[in-house]
Amino acid sequence: MKPTRTLAHRSPGRWLVLLGILVSALTLSGIAASPAMAEDGSTAQESEEFEYFFTGNVQFDREPLEGVQITVEGGGFEAEAETDAEGKWRIGVPEKGEYKVTLDEDTLPEGVVVAEGGSTINAEFGLTKLKAVNFFLGEGERTTTSFGAQLLERTINGLNFGLLLALAAIGLSLIFGTTGLSNFAHAEMVTFGALMVLSFGVDLAWPIWLAIAVALVLSAALGWGLDAVIWKPLRKRGVGLIPLMIVSIGLSLAIRYTYQFFYGGATRQLPGATAPKELSFGGVQLSWIDVGSMIVSVVVLLAVAYFLLKTRIGKATRAVSDNASLASASGIDVDRVIRIVWVLGAALAGLSGILWAYFRPGVSWDMGFQILLLIFAAVTLGGLGTAFGALVGSLIVGLFIEISTLWLPSDLKYVGALVVLILVLLFRPQGILGRRERIG
Amino acid sequence: MIDWTQIFSNAAQELISPVTAAYALAALGLAVHFGYTGLLNFGQAGFMALGAYGYAISVLSFGLPVWAAVLVGIGASVVFALILGIPTLRLRADYLAIVTIAAAEILRLIFTTNTFDALTGSASGLQGYKGGFADLNPIPKGTYGFGPFEYNEYDWWVRIVGWSLVVIIALLTWLIMRSPWGRVIKGIREDEDAVRALGKNVYSYKMQSLILGGVYGTLAGMIFVLPRAVVPANYQTSLTFFVYAILLLGGAATILGPIIGSMIFWVLLSFFSGFISRAVEAGWLPFMTQVQAGQLRFILVGIAIMLIVIFRPQGIFGNKKELAFVK
Repeated sequence: MKPTRTLAHRSPGRWLVLLGILVSALTLSGIAASPAMAEDGSTAQESEEFEYFFTGNVQFDREPLEGVQITVEGGGFEAEAETDAEGKWRIGVPEKGEYKVTLDEDTLPEGVVVAEGGSTINAEFGLTKLKAVNFFLGEGERTTTSFGAQLLERTINGLNFGLLLALAAIGLSLIFGTTGLSNFAHAEMVTFGALMVLSFGVDLAWPIWLAIAVALVLSAALGWGLDAVIWKPLRKRGVGLIPLMIVSIGLSLAIRYTYQFFYGGATRQLPGATAPKELSFGGVQLSWIDVGSMIVSVVVLLAVAYFLLKTRIGKATRAVSDNASLASASGIDVDRVIRIVWVLGAALAGLSGILWAYFRPGVSWDMGFQILLLIFAAVTLGGLGTAFGALVGSLIVGLFIEISTLWLPSDLKYVGALVVLILVLLFRPQGILGRRERIG
Repeated sequence: MIDWTQIFSNAAQELISPVTAAYALAALGLAVHFGYTGLLNFGQAGFMALGAYGYAISVLSFGLPVWAAVLVGIGASVVFALILGIPTLRLRADYLAIVTIAAAEILRLIFTTNTFDALTGSASGLQGYKGGFADLNPIPKGTYGFGPFEYNEYDWWVRIVGWSLVVIIALLTWLIMRSPWGRVIKGIREDEDAVRALGKNVYSYKMQSLILGGVYGTLAGMIFVLPRAVVPANYQTSLTFFVYAILLLGGAATILGPIIGSMIFWVLLSFFSGFISRAVEAGWLPFMTQVQAGQLRFILVGIAIMLIVIFRPQGIFGNKKELAFVK
């Protein structure tokens, strides 16, 4: 099966079609970034939201085309718009950076295609806050991707996303199982891995394999440090589970904005993140990064499974998860097990963050927080505190999010996963692999 | 040199600002949920969004009068509370927390998506709904006030309505919590099983509490957007966390706690960011830029939440015997 749309025929006399319109940039950014809003105490990014705009005018043969869908994607941000009756469209983006602007050829009238430069354009802002993006339309035929090929592509993407979610979710689940803590700061451990690769691999220009190795070691050290400095003393004080959870929320806020303090609000790319999709599997185009990411996830997940099922410490971990007092009474050093779980969980979260930075693609200060709820959804779906439940839950969430974009608009794709979470809790509150007594 | 009068007067303005009133109302709602009933609702931002959008959409798209728009917002939040409560109120506290966060995010994503742009204005939000509310204003045109508190007639009107609402809701909550209903609610916080053994329908009481606190949040959402525009990015999870910070600061199971907590929180925050940003301007902190100075306060809020929970879990006004998190 031949993949994706190709131009079968191009009309020679190219119709110059799209004219960028420079609407008054000042009015637009003025609405979005009124200084009064910065004092509201909501997050800092809102003042930046909609400072920058992509705009354009879709016309064919001097006639405006209505209802053509344009998508802007980049830095973990995605938005869609349709052209109005005059063929105009406008999409605001949160930050100055490089974005992929895509014109959905399926929404063009029959016999019209994007003639030159392809339907996806990489656009970057210049000195102004407004960037006009022009597509050149022409007469032609297009072959569209069959539903089956699209489904396959989304499934593979979903698997990739689900596997990287699983890396983070297993850590969260193990920590919950052994300590009872719902750790909201897990998102920041995810971000940490990616930020460290950025620091070492890009800023210090170390070779990427070395940067990743250092990032993983530092992630593990972060887990060790968090447990040693914050969580172990709090456990010794006998602080209850709900206060602990609120402490983790405070910690999450503090660390997240510390990242923003040092790294700024921009999205930056890791080396190789924009590798071309040159491998083809049954009609699905993948890059080496996609394939490598999936292989790494599977190998690491298998290793974690081996660790939990076969090694002494892994068995001890499961015993502590099951019943900490009983494990302690049978001679297991519970504090040591918890420390190992924190180190392991943080390293897995760091790895997950690196893979997430390649999947999005891009590294930003709040990238972990963007998937925190999905990680929680995965853990809850599988059953709180069960490591393999977290794996199953993650795969379901990842597949569901990607496949649902076949029907849902892409800016609603997370909604589907969260609705599924609530529905599952309605019918099977203990999660898919959880046991009944866990919900208490 | 640093302009201290400006910093102090900005901080003093926060004392009676509508934002402070809105956060106080939202925190009162959380006090009902978390402080009195022990429900870990992390979706207060969702209730606030329903108030803001319920009001703005009713006015803009359906041309309803002010009272009807307020009722639409309240109705929406009652429905939201029911949908949220039915699957989750039987679950353990941490499940409830995750589901309420998820539900609030679902609402925010739905308000942000381009799919419903005609109704919600997608990511740019809504504005231009203030007419009806401004027409009710009995204050003649002009600027009134003294010292730092000088506002025009609309600003005073928003402040008067906002703070009257805070006083009314606070009195109402105080009366309710002294009533037999309030005693059952506090009983549920202390020992759910004991209350059930007395023949009370715990599930139904929790649901009533969720609805009541949610309606407070909705009113807070309306007060919040009256002086500005409705912007979906305002209703992120961090909003809920900020309200929690205020609640914990003042004391979770108190009436005055959320109100005074909100005042202290905003005055301190304004003072702090004013000071830091001017200190950066004056070159006292050469390693920091203006943007970084703005982020510093979020770091501070995070650390404050941790310290309060660890060292003074009952807050400023709270009683150690009435801790929402005994378990």
